[in-house]
Amino acid sequence: MMPGRLKTILLRISQSIPVLIGVVIVSFVLTRALPGDPAVYFAGAAADENSIAEVRAQLGLDKSLPEQFLVYVSDLMRGNLGQSLSTGQPVTQDLAQRLPASLELTLIALILSCSIAIPLGILAATRPGSWIDHLCRVLVTAGVSMPTFFTGIVLIYIFYYLLGIAPSPLGRLDFIYIEPDRVTGFYLIDAAIAGDLETWWGAAKQLILPSITLALFTLAPLARMTRASMLSALSSDFIRTARSAGLTEGSIRYTYAFRNALLPVITTLGMVFSFTLGANVLVEKVFAWPGIGSYAVEALVVSDYAAVQGFVLAMALLFVGLNLIIDLTYTAIDPRIGFASR
Amino acid sequence: MTDFISSTANPTEPDVLVERTSGGFFDHLIYVLRGNPITLIAFGMFAILVIAAIFGPLLAPYDPAVSNVSIALQAPSWQHWFGTDNLGRDVFSRVLIATRLDLLISVAAVALSFVIGSMLGAIAGYWGGWLDSILNRLFDTIMAFPLFVLAMGIVAALGNTVENIVYATAVINIPFYARLVRAEVNIRRDAGFALAAKLAGNSDIRVLAFHIYPNALPPMMVQVSLNLGWAILNAAGLSFIGLGVRPPTAEWGIMVAEGANFIVSGEWWLAVFPGLALMFAVFTFNLLGDGLRDLVDPRRRT
Amino acid sequence: MTFKSSRRDFLKAGTATMLSASMLPFLKSLPASAAGNDVIVAVTGQTINSLDIHRTGTNRPSYQVAVNVYDRLVSFGTKTLPDGGLSYDYSVIVPEAAESWEFADDNMSIVFKLRPGGKFHDGSPITAQDVKWSFDRAVSVGGFPTVQMKAGALEKPEQFEVIDDLTFKVHLLRPSKLTLPDLAVPVPMIINSKVALEHATDEDPWAMEYLHKTPAGSGAFKVVAWKQGEQLVYERNDDWTSGPVPAVKRVVLREVPSPATRRALLERGDVQMSFNMPNKDAKELSDADGITINTTPIENAIYCLCPNLNFEPFKDKRVRQAVAFAIPYADVFQTAAYGRGAPMWGGENSVPTDIAWPQKFPYQTDLDKAKALLEEAGYGAGFKVPLSISLSQADWMEPTALLIQENLAKIGIEAEIEKIPGANWRTAALVEKRLPLHLDTFGGWLNYPCYYFFWAYLEGHLFNSSNYRNEEIETLTAETLNMPVEDPEYAPKIKRMIEIVWDEVPRIALWQPALNVGTRSIEGYEYWFHRQLDIRGLKKV
Repeated sequence: MMPGRLKTILLRISQSIPVLIGVVIVSFVLTRALPGDPAVYFAGAAADENSIAEVRAQLGLDKSLPEQFLVYVSDLMRGNLGQSLSTGQPVTQDLAQRLPASLELTLIALILSCSIAIPLGILAATRPGSWIDHLCRVLVTAGVSMPTFFTGIVLIYIFYYLLGIAPSPLGRLDFIYIEPDRVTGFYLIDAAIAGDLETWWGAAKQLILPSITLALFTLAPLARMTRASMLSALSSDFIRTARSAGLTEGSIRYTYAFRNALLPVITTLGMVFSFTLGANVLVEKVFAWPGIGSYAVEALVVSDYAAVQGFVLAMALLFVGLNLIIDLTYTAIDPRIGFASR
Repeated sequence: MTDFISSTANPTEPDVLVERTSGGFFDHLIYVLRGNPITLIAFGMFAILVIAAIFGPLLAPYDPAVSNVSIALQAPSWQHWFGTDNLGRDVFSRVLIATRLDLLISVAAVALSFVIGSMLGAIAGYWGGWLDSILNRLFDTIMAFPLFVLAMGIVAALGNTVENIVYATAVINIPFYARLVRAEVNIRRDAGFALAAKLAGNSDIRVLAFHIYPNALPPMMVQVSLNLGWAILNAAGLSFIGLGVRPPTAEWGIMVAEGANFIVSGEWWLAVFPGLALMFAVFTFNLLGDGLRDLVDPRRRT
Repeated sequence: MTFKSSRRDFLKAGTATMLSASMLPFLKSLPASAAGNDVIVAVTGQTINSLDIHRTGTNRPSYQVAVNVYDRLVSFGTKTLPDGGLSYDYSVIVPEAAESWEFADDNMSIVFKLRPGGKFHDGSPITAQDVKWSFDRAVSVGGFPTVQMKAGALEKPEQFEVIDDLTFKVHLLRPSKLTLPDLAVPVPMIINSKVALEHATDEDPWAMEYLHKTPAGSGAFKVVAWKQGEQLVYERNDDWTSGPVPAVKRVVLREVPSPATRRALLERGDVQMSFNMPNKDAKELSDADGITINTTPIENAIYCLCPNLNFEPFKDKRVRQAVAFAIPYADVFQTAAYGRGAPMWGGENSVPTDIAWPQKFPYQTDLDKAKALLEEAGYGAGFKVPLSISLSQADWMEPTALLIQENLAKIGIEAEIEKIPGANWRTAALVEKRLPLHLDTFGGWLNYPCYYFFWAYLEGHLFNSSNYRNEEIETLTAETLNMPVEDPEYAPKIKRMIEIVWDEVPRIALWQPALNVGTRSIEGYEYWFHRQLDIRGLKKV
């Protein structure tokens, strides 16, 4: 069994290489297709033609596109994502600084979301058509129906501006706290490692509103998928067989039905994770969260090629890794899906 | 792990599409609606949306594009039900007029991704082999992108017009459909009923289209219902970044995005009403999707 | 059970990325201590992207670091505005790192005496060598600093001479009234060349890498923490030698992109200052308890509508005048600027009576006149033209464009609004100059009309996005640019220039914008032409 599994994992990893190559090419083409001339932009307010030309040469943008691509790829091979023009730092450093902020927010939001959505979905599926089912539906649907930036602003308005119970929406930590020593970049973890309860609580407080905003938005896909697949599972033959075999309802529901319903839920979770990490840029903007999404948007707006490419590549790596795990869980859960056919 | 495998690897799982009997559909419709009043409400809400989309321009009390600075930023009143915006335009008229455009964007984008995604996914799942590998890598590549940023990039590169917003939204959704269909088709392509249909002399395409593919519809419907909402929200997000449709065109997303800056200063109606309209539409689509699922799900019909 | 195990995998994935991220070099993080009485927290919507104004790609908000952390040889004085607020005083040049200066008799050189005892943050003395190295750097690195130095006729390193440790001489290419003021703008800051040279390499002789993140100055404040996209923390330089030591110990500048959040923070009293507030918030908060709003019209700046002369109908000045008569000025000013700033329309005379700049253009909303002018020009049937606005300035450009669009439609001109992303805006509007009709915001740092004309009305110059050319303007601008203001010929020439551009309107003035700064329990805020936050004079009350 083990060598076979190892082989499938290796196969699966080798399959993600074309994806990464695709991402590299597409992101290169996409950035070059953006309107706007970074040389002009970064040459500054009062630059004349000479200084624009100088900047263009500095950026290597005076070379032909294929040449630029070769330079980019050879830099990539050496692990160099290039230098962001707007921050003036290596892109890797920018990402390392900002990724944990986004990941922390997204993970907290998803944990929150899962802990509400999955029980809700199961509850709804076990009593289809009841008022609980309808209520769940209405609740989660209402959550996903609001644009995140709108929810965020409304939450700030109510809980910070009107009621004054939320901390000021000033990013990851109010300025009165001391930033924990960087170990992982996740403030909650770093503060816990440092044993600094006060800072931990400070960071947690800042996380509450943005993660609720994101969680509200991600409730629906998870709850709906849980409900849908639970329903399918509960109405399938093997459950009927199990019932007729006299197994208790609880064990049927949670051991057999839920386990079988898990496959689509995990797919959805993966999708939601990737979607959220990419989409929480809007939330980051509202809460002044120094994450990776706002970084990407700013880079995109000013045509900061290296930063956009670096961001896309980092997200792609993350996504590919995540996908790999999902696929492997697939095989564990539903052996009908094999890799042989791929 | 073993008990688990033996319980699910049961090859006799009945993925059988029940033959449609004449008249059964409407009976079933009534049956479903009776059992699920929310779906009935959703149909009603959908009707309101469609009416607003078709007759909006006739119903609007004011011209949505005409400004009147002397009445800027007025709170809701009998003259202006939803108040006026910073240019003195009637928010109610703008919200109403925007229905058509927003429905158009979401439906067009979802239809496009549904059709393309289904075809590609079915091909990949049914025939497998190198075609499957290539398509899979393609979907993976798109999905590996942070989707919202990809949509932003596409719109930024192509220019911010309605069509480009539709294309961008469609592109980022294609893999979702394709993978779903692929997974469903892949599981069922060697199932008994598919083989039987094939042995009965049906061509591959026929088996795929009429016997296997319909099994993918229930999960697809859930996806569609979510996607119609996502499509509108996606457009709204693009507007928030500034990549929305051109002013002075009324569009919910832009109105919420622009109105959001007025909430703290007390002019809540600018964002709240288009926000509610947006919510109403997404809500409708989602409830409807659920209802449709019950309707098309063969298991509920037995 | 399966769910749990899958979640564990999920978390493992997270851990893997965390580990790889933490293997990268540690980021410098310094604690910001608790807020106290000598700490000011300010918010701004913009990002500071470098601590070095000379670097390529350094954005405008970053210029404040040059102001607060570095010294220049000279600075401008301070004056009290009619509304009681403070502003820099363009007419007075005061010593900063230099103690005194003297022009040569032929006006072809200036000798500066540095303050004895002047010290950098590291305690080393400020010497003429440091000044020369810094100026050499500014004229050599290209891009914005080099262009700005050039505006003051400072173009080559050979112009800068070290006489002795405390004596520095600038040789001028031509006598110009712009030179001395140009030495007081943020660009010619004095860098600690000893520190910089330690970090310079063969590829990077000007230590761009090092100074980008680590200022080496002598200014009133030091940067103790900078986290891009989050905050910048200034701490007082207790040994400042170029001026009185500031009253506040620390200034924390937080970046908050959402204007609504910034407003809420100021209203709730969680921050003491909101820099560069939207006009609407400034208007509405001006009556709020405990909040002071400083609104200062920005000198030498006008928000304009620019008809491009490359676009056929706009070649005819009557069409441009028709557009100028079609704009609903008052509505635009109220809606887009909320009345903050100064109107630039409705001037009484078609010939200027003084050389004030900017001053009201002789146009007002008069649709009949606009129609008549269009008829006369042969465009009675109207035409179509895209009206371009910048995405990054949509807050005022969009309402302005919408109102203009509506009125243009009334005289038969169909304008379609086109939003252009920030990065493309400069290229399209200023470099390629290809936008047929667009909004523009140019303002000159050096407060002379001739300086504005130099950038905005001379053919081929960057901010002349209308592709305007007029022989007389070309000659007059060249003549007046370096001429002292006291010269008897100066005023008549400037008046003539203003008269021409009023008549030909290649740039249709809308209003003079204002800079809004909201403060709470703070005094000493001072407006500067560079529109950046100068924290040196701030006091908590």
